[in-house]
Amino acid sequence: MNTILKKSTSFYDVYERRPGADKLTTTYCPGCGHGVLHKLIAEALEDFGVRDKTIFISPVGCSVFAYYYFHTGNVQVAHGRAPAVATGLKRAHPESVVISYQGDGDLAAIGTAEIMHAANRGEGITVFFVNNAVYGMTGGQMAPTTLVGQKTMTTPRGRTFENEGSPIRMSEIIATLDAPVFVERVMLSDTKSTMHARQAVRKALKLQIEKNAFSFIEVLSACPSQLKMTPSRSKLWVKEVLEKQFPLGVKKDISAEFEKRTFARNVVKNEDIHDILNIVTVDVDSEKIRQYQDKPINEEIKVAGFGGQGVLSLGTVLSEMGMRHNYEVSWLPSYGPEMRGGTANCSVKISNKKIGSPLVANPTILIAMNRPSLDKFENDVVSGGLIMYDNSLIDREPVRDDVDVIPIPATKIADELGNTKAANMVIVGALIAYKDLMSQQVILESLGDVLKRKNLVEMNRNAILRGAEFIRNLKK
Amino acid sequence: MAKQFLKGNEAVVKGAILAGCRAYYGYPITPASEIAHAAAMYMPLAGGTFVQAESEVAAINMVYGASSAGERVMTASSSPGISLKQEGVSYCAGSELPCVIVDVVRGGPGLGNIAPEQSDYNQVVKGGGHGNYKVIVLAPNSVQEMCNFGMLAFDLADKYRNPVYILTDGFIGQMMEPVEFPEPVTNIPEKPWAVKGNDETSDNLITSIDLDPDDLERHNQKLQQKYAIIEEQEQRAEEYRTDDAEIVLIGYGIVSRIIQTVVDELRDKGVKAGMLRPITLFPFPKKAMEKLTETSKFFLTVEMSNGQLVNDVRLAVNGRKPVHLLTRMGGNVPSTKEIHDEVMKLMRLS
Repeated sequence: MNTILKKSTSFYDVYERRPGADKLTTTYCPGCGHGVLHKLIAEALEDFGVRDKTIFISPVGCSVFAYYYFHTGNVQVAHGRAPAVATGLKRAHPESVVISYQGDGDLAAIGTAEIMHAANRGEGITVFFVNNAVYGMTGGQMAPTTLVGQKTMTTPRGRTFENEGSPIRMSEIIATLDAPVFVERVMLSDTKSTMHARQAVRKALKLQIEKNAFSFIEVLSACPSQLKMTPSRSKLWVKEVLEKQFPLGVKKDISAEFEKRTFARNVVKNEDIHDILNIVTVDVDSEKIRQYQDKPINEEIKVAGFGGQGVLSLGTVLSEMGMRHNYEVSWLPSYGPEMRGGTANCSVKISNKKIGSPLVANPTILIAMNRPSLDKFENDVVSGGLIMYDNSLIDREPVRDDVDVIPIPATKIADELGNTKAANMVIVGALIAYKDLMSQQVILESLGDVLKRKNLVEMNRNAILRGAEFIRNLKK
Repeated sequence: MAKQFLKGNEAVVKGAILAGCRAYYGYPITPASEIAHAAAMYMPLAGGTFVQAESEVAAINMVYGASSAGERVMTASSSPGISLKQEGVSYCAGSELPCVIVDVVRGGPGLGNIAPEQSDYNQVVKGGGHGNYKVIVLAPNSVQEMCNFGMLAFDLADKYRNPVYILTDGFIGQMMEPVEFPEPVTNIPEKPWAVKGNDETSDNLITSIDLDPDDLERHNQKLQQKYAIIEEQEQRAEEYRTDDAEIVLIGYGIVSRIIQTVVDELRDKGVKAGMLRPITLFPFPKKAMEKLTETSKFFLTVEMSNGQLVNDVRLAVNGRKPVHLLTRMGGNVPSTKEIHDEVMKLMRLS
């Protein structure tokens, strides 16, 4: 069979993106591995019929201009970040073929985190890692793969183990992870090794096309310009020197037993989005809240106690119930400098006017669930305000004589109901009854919508009723 | 009443999903983590992707990839995390990739604390990363606006092919308020420039490199022209009782809510005070400032940072009226009393 050797159709015929007069050759030096590896990849894409589906990620370094040549979708990215960008691309288009192409500084130094984690997630991409033991385009500095003793611009006396450590073997590291399917180190030194590299390139791409598998192909390659060798000498150096530090071979291959991985997304109709987002419509019977519609209300409530006493949820229940009475409401948790020593507090505003700052500095109502809270906030309460405190836990009375004071044994009542944690709802019941802020009926009816733990709704309803009952007895 | 009571950090995710965002890449950090929590919960259910990235740097580059692919994509973080993302934001701006970034600002510099500050104004509004670029910045002051701007941000990002920030603070992120949710959008614009892994887009290229100085200068000039159009068309501000205001208080985000209360108090005393709240920080609402510079006696800028917003106020006023500054830092929020007292003091002096 006669084969006509011609440029792969995965390459542009004419490199229009390349500046200058020469639009037919690449920017790579004679002897450089990039051109050869580009060719192996391009031919595989053509042979597998996936050129149109392919997205090629150009890294930083000499192959930054891979998009001059590849007639595929092209994305040029920041130094080290190709595997992260590949993740975003592949997740968006799971049927595409994504190639993440990086050099040694890019992948094994500045981008170590990105390659490790993309590999560990098993992204359905193919990584080509060109290891030539030096920074090529940047100007011959040390790479993480530079050999001990090798002279570079930043190791002018040669790399030493003591100062720079030893060269990193990325393939071996990647092979320790669970998710990668195929990891092999190959080299571009002579015809035989190049033909072997061709097989690895094709296998890796085929695994992505057929199984969405993550593969990692490390390619030992020559950089004659920075090694300051002739092209043929540098290729020999790859085999005789570089390969000693970076042994060739398959480091991991689970392709036979690996089952096709899909990143397919849920298919969702637009009309279902509200349900998916749990956006619920609150229906309020306006008859039931009629008497509260024109009531002037402007309460600034501080709720404070130990973490675990349900202080924050006491606040959210009050706010949510306020919302169900068409009041303006806001809730702000203690957070930042206020949050120290296991205490918690929140600010709740309930008003029929638009709410300015959500932070309550001077409460009209202080709910103190423990002694430190009473100590801390008592003096902040506005004159004529209300302090409601749990006197089953707080062993002193407030000293203020210009405010209403309601002691309530909320924790004791909750204990009688069989759940200490219901003390917060005892307070809700008591506060609503004392201030007549809202309809108790509406609160009891909508408690099931507001509380997250549905099995505790009935118990909490009882707690609210007991709190209200306590106030009624007090008023008698 | 289609209202839901929820946190600002959750509302912004729901708004984004209603806007057609189907990808979230992020790294957890207080006080922005609830955004990641909500995205992790809802993105996959809504037919999208959520990935917890290995770093802030990786997260913004995943955003770069998803945006290159033509998706509506978002990420979020808080101040130190935003510092880390800046390289990627610069690349997005250079490659003209639309994306939405939420910054729930916390106290700095360094590790600082997790309380609310506005000290990211410069690093967000002025670009922050390397190069001659600008980003559109929206500053919500309520949970409702966290939802609404979560939607608006994507429209602006796509319209201008530019990153858009939602710049907010720990209070707006952490607080809960009722939100009315709009219907999901149905008209997401086509992106013929994106790389979609098909034949139609196989000649497309996403890049920010241009070795030739003349070419790169042309690219920069094109970007500046885009920013000029944004400045002309996208200024947004809220004015409160400014009609006859002699004293104009200026603040954004949580501060504007406190100022509004102070303005009401001052008005009750007969002081002609008003508020200008910049909603877009870039573009800064210069047109609204221009009018108020004519009519007011002086300005008082209130910010939870060391005089960052005030620089834009001063540029707009350009020396024509006194511009005063009240700052709190470290996570402290100015009280209505201290703003009120500052106004009274300035009135006595003027």
